[in-house]
Amino acid sequence: MTTLSASDVCGGYATAELIVKGVDLTVSPSELAVIIGPNGAGKSTFLKLLAGLLPKRTGQVSIDGAALPPGDAHMACERGVSFVPQERNVFGSLSVHENLEMGGYLLRSGVKTRIEEQLIRFPVLRGKLREKAGNLSGGQRQVLAVALALMTNPSVLLLDEPTAGLSPAAAKDIFVLIRDLAASGLAILMVEQNALLALEYGTRGVVLVAGRKVRDDTAGTVLEDGEIRHLFLGRAAPAAAHRV
Amino acid sequence: MPTNASLLEVSDIRASFGGVRALDGATFSVEAGTITGLIGPNGAGKTTVFNCISGLVDGFEGAVRFEGADIARKRPEVVSRSGLVRSFQLARGCPRMTVFEHLMLYGPKQTGEGMVRALTNPGLIRSQEQALRERAYEIARRLRLDHVLDNLVTDLSGGQKKLLEIGRVLLADPKMILLDEPMAGVNPTLVGEIADQLAIIRESGVTILLIEHEMELIERLCDDVVVMAEGKFLTRGSFDEITADRRVQESYLGVQLS
Repeated sequence: MTTLSASDVCGGYATAELIVKGVDLTVSPSELAVIIGPNGAGKSTFLKLLAGLLPKRTGQVSIDGAALPPGDAHMACERGVSFVPQERNVFGSLSVHENLEMGGYLLRSGVKTRIEEQLIRFPVLRGKLREKAGNLSGGQRQVLAVALALMTNPSVLLLDEPTAGLSPAAAKDIFVLIRDLAASGLAILMVEQNALLALEYGTRGVVLVAGRKVRDDTAGTVLEDGEIRHLFLGRAAPAAAHRV
Repeated sequence: MPTNASLLEVSDIRASFGGVRALDGATFSVEAGTITGLIGPNGAGKTTVFNCISGLVDGFEGAVRFEGADIARKRPEVVSRSGLVRSFQLARGCPRMTVFEHLMLYGPKQTGEGMVRALTNPGLIRSQEQALRERAYEIARRLRLDHVLDNLVTDLSGGQKKLLEIGRVLLADPKMILLDEPMAGVNPTLVGEIADQLAIIRESGVTILLIEHEMELIERLCDDVVVMAEGKFLTRGSFDEITADRRVQESYLGVQLS
């Protein structure tokens, strides 16, 4: 059971100005925190800073109180952080089985056992083990991307728009899967533009605007906030949510 | 162009890649002046149909007609010059250009591109460029990209790249546009505003074929919806008709049927 904390985190890319401008956030075990906000608010950049993927970071990121150095993704991974990027999150020319092996690259032993665990958790992958990941459907590819991230047995999962480009049915399946992972004890931080649905499955809603956190509350409270609905969820009133 | 023909006709397209049957008889048409939705489960072959129409792949069987003319297996630039322009699901762009330069690149019929005319007709080129510049500003403003016009494309967020992709398509002054999930990764409030823009574009006479998973958008915008599954045409109709179809509910919308 691991807690992820960010304190006054700032950062960006080499060529541009600061994108994330001082964000405090704590994600506890079994929490599914959903980050929403306008395009260009710094949501994906914030995830990358937490995952140690960007060297230019100030502020503190810590796992159970112990600080992670900036720009050290290997260390973050060793300390239990897994990151699933939005695009290019599987190896398209490798088979599903080879992908899972790559996910377990850092493991010193027990790769077979870990793969078997993923296949029990995600039965859809078992029938596809020899298929190239590039030939999977969008929903199956996202399942594989999450399975890859789980190969190192992480305690913190960072997900960047896991349902972008998925059919409504596949998106719901992915959200159910993520909610179940959180319920099993993982601390999960997820960026989503499919915000209404994500907040329904999430436990917390965090609103990021222009690199700063402007709201952090329970998912239900954020969902019902009229101003947030208007500004970021594209909805006027709570009752207007469309269900097919 | 025959008056009773559809603007775009796709007939019985079949294609396989690497031993996988991607399209197995895709047939549908798009009427001029409409927004037509193209939906279906992931892996149904929607993007592959776009690739066939836009000339990105040529190893397929079947026919594609645009304004009555055969455009199947024509090169991408030939297809886009005929007025049929597409967007891409993964917006790539030219990373080392600024947003503004990138938009300007897609202005059609720029006289300054020919060396002789560039030397002999500088006045015309200047006025063309000025008009193009104004359109680029206007489109950027509508898509809320005006504050990042001087940023490099590589510095844009994922969602902003999607918006730039829409801007690029609009700047080409097309007769018809194929949009491949233009709203995936775009903030919901902005999605609503872009939807309004697409409706305005339709009013201006541009026909739109739209791949999208956001059902509210399909309901709000589309005059007609084509459903594909497993590489084939499944059904078509109004939003209400296709969402009432059990096959669509089960395979695509994820509705649990008792």
